[in-house]
Amino acid sequence: MRIRAALGSLLLLAVFLSAWQLATLPPPTARGGDPEYAALLGGRKSGLPAPAQIAEAAWAQLKSPFHDGGMNDKGIAIQLAWSLGRVLLGFALAALVAIPVGFLVGMSPVARRALNPYIQLLKPISPLAWMPLALYTIKDSSVSSVFVISICSLWPMLLNTAHGVGSVKREWLDVARTLEVSPVRKALHVVLPAAAPTILTGMRISMGIAWLVIVAAEMLVGGTGIGYFVWNEWNNLSLANVIFALLVIGLMGMLLDLGFASLGKLVAYQE
Amino acid sequence: MKPFVSVEQLRKMYPGARAEGPLCVFDAVSFTIGKGEFVCLIGHSGCGKSTILNIVAGLDAATSGRVIVDATEVRGPSLDRGVVFQGHALLPWLSARKNVAFAVRSRWPRWTEEQVARHAQKYLDMVHLTGSEQKKPAELSGGMKQRVGIARAFAIQPKMLLLDEPFGALDALTRGVIQDELLQICAATRQTVLMITHDVDEAILLADRILLMSNGPRAGIAEVVENLLPRGRTRQTIHRDPHYYPLRNHLLDFLVTRSKRYRNGAGSEAPRTTAHEPAQEAAQ
Repeated sequence: MRIRAALGSLLLLAVFLSAWQLATLPPPTARGGDPEYAALLGGRKSGLPAPAQIAEAAWAQLKSPFHDGGMNDKGIAIQLAWSLGRVLLGFALAALVAIPVGFLVGMSPVARRALNPYIQLLKPISPLAWMPLALYTIKDSSVSSVFVISICSLWPMLLNTAHGVGSVKREWLDVARTLEVSPVRKALHVVLPAAAPTILTGMRISMGIAWLVIVAAEMLVGGTGIGYFVWNEWNNLSLANVIFALLVIGLMGMLLDLGFASLGKLVAYQE
Repeated sequence: MKPFVSVEQLRKMYPGARAEGPLCVFDAVSFTIGKGEFVCLIGHSGCGKSTILNIVAGLDAATSGRVIVDATEVRGPSLDRGVVFQGHALLPWLSARKNVAFAVRSRWPRWTEEQVARHAQKYLDMVHLTGSEQKKPAELSGGMKQRVGIARAFAIQPKMLLLDEPFGALDALTRGVIQDELLQICAATRQTVLMITHDVDEAILLADRILLMSNGPRAGIAEVVENLLPRGRTRQTIHRDPHYYPLRNHLLDFLVTRSKRYRNGAGSEAPRTTAHEPAQEAAQ
C-alpha cells in the first residue's frame, strides 16, 4: 500500500515537472520567426522559469543560507529564522492569553456568555486588518507583525481550549468532587489532561494560520522574513527565487504541523 | 442509638417542560442504614434511585429533606463517602495504579510517593489486579475497569461506600466473580454500603436489607425487605437456602406487578396512603 502510494506520488511529480519543463520551452514561433520580433516579446526565454532554473536558484540560495549582504541580500535561513521567531513569539503570547481565558470560558457559563459576543465579533476580523492599528500604536513594524500573529493564533486556541475544558466528562469531574480535590489540582490533574488533545488541536490550527499570516504580514511591513524575501524577489523579477521560497514556506509549514501532530499524540488518550 | 446513615424525607422535583408544572421524581424517601450494614435499593429505571444515591454522595441536591451520615448532615461530596460509579469513571490517561493513587493522594496529601504507591498496590492486589496495574483503562476489560473503580473507592477508606449499579455493564460470569470479591472485601472491612441495582439475585446475595422503590413519577420506598438469609452467603450455596426462593419471588413479584400498583399515578393528585408505606417508616 505504502509503496504504491509513494510510487504514485513520484509519478505525479515526474509528470508535473516534465509538463512544466515542456511548457516553459521557448515557443516555436520564436524559434522559426523573426529574431528581432522574438526579442521584443522578451527574448527566447519564457517568463516562467523551468524546473531546472529553479533548482539552480535553490542551489545558489542553499549554498550560503546564512550570508548577510545587507538589507536586500540575506540568506534564506536568516529570513526563515526571522519569520519563525516572530511566529513562535506571537504564538506563545497568544497561548499565554488563550489558554487561561479558554479555561475560564470553558469552566464558567457566566464567563462564556459574557465573553462570547466579543469573541464572535473579533474572530472574523482578518488579522491583517489589525496592521494599521498595530503600526500606529506600536510604531515598530516587526513588533506589529508579532502582534498580528498573536491575534490570528488567539481564536482557534481560545475556542478549542474552551470547548475541551467545557466538555470534560461529567463523571471525571464527579470523581474529583467525591475525592475533595482542590480546584488547582482538579484543573491540572483532571481538566487539563482531559482537554489536552482538544487544546493541542487548537494550537495546531493556530500554528497553521500563524504561518499563513506571517508571509502576508512580512510582505506588508517588509524588512526581514520569508514574506519579505518573496516580495523582494518579485521586485527583482526573480521568479525562480520566488518559487524556491514558496517551496521553503510549504516545507516549514509542514514541519510545524508535524511537530504539533506528534505533540498531540503525546497527550492523546483512548477512552 | 442513632443510625449511622439517616435519609429523611427526600424529595426531588424537576422543573416541568410542559404546562403540567414541576415534575416530582420521588417524594418522602426515608430510610436508615446501620453501621456495617449492606443495603440495596431496587427499582425500575426512572424511579430516581441513582439520584438518591447521588444525593447521599453529595453530588446532587434534594429539593427538600436531608441526609445525615455519622451525625453530620451531607452538604457536598466528601472523602468519607466513597463512590463506585456506574460507568467506572476511571481517568483514561492514567494507568490503573495511577487512578487508585490519585484517590490515595487526595486522601493523604502528605504521604510520600512510595507510601501512596504501596497503598494503591495493596488495594489493586485486593481486587486481584496484580500484574495489570500499569495498564491504561482502555487496555482493561470491563470487569477489570470496574475492579479498579472498586479499589479506588476502598483505597480512601471511606466511612461508607456508595455503589451505583456497578455491575450493570458486565457479563453474568464476570459479574458473579466480582460480586464474590465485593462480598469478601465488605465482610473483611465491615464497610457500610448503599448499592443501587436492578438485579434481584445480586441484591439477595449482597444485601442485609433491600429497599424496594415504586415506579416514578412521585416514586417512593414501597417496601423494606429484611434478608433472612444469614450473612456468609455465597453464590454457590445461596439458592439451596429454604428462604431463597420465597424471597426472590417476593422481590420479582414486586418489580413485575406491585411496583406499578404502588404508583401514585402520573398527574393524579391522590395522596400516598400509609398502607403503601413500608412497615418501618410507619412505625417511626
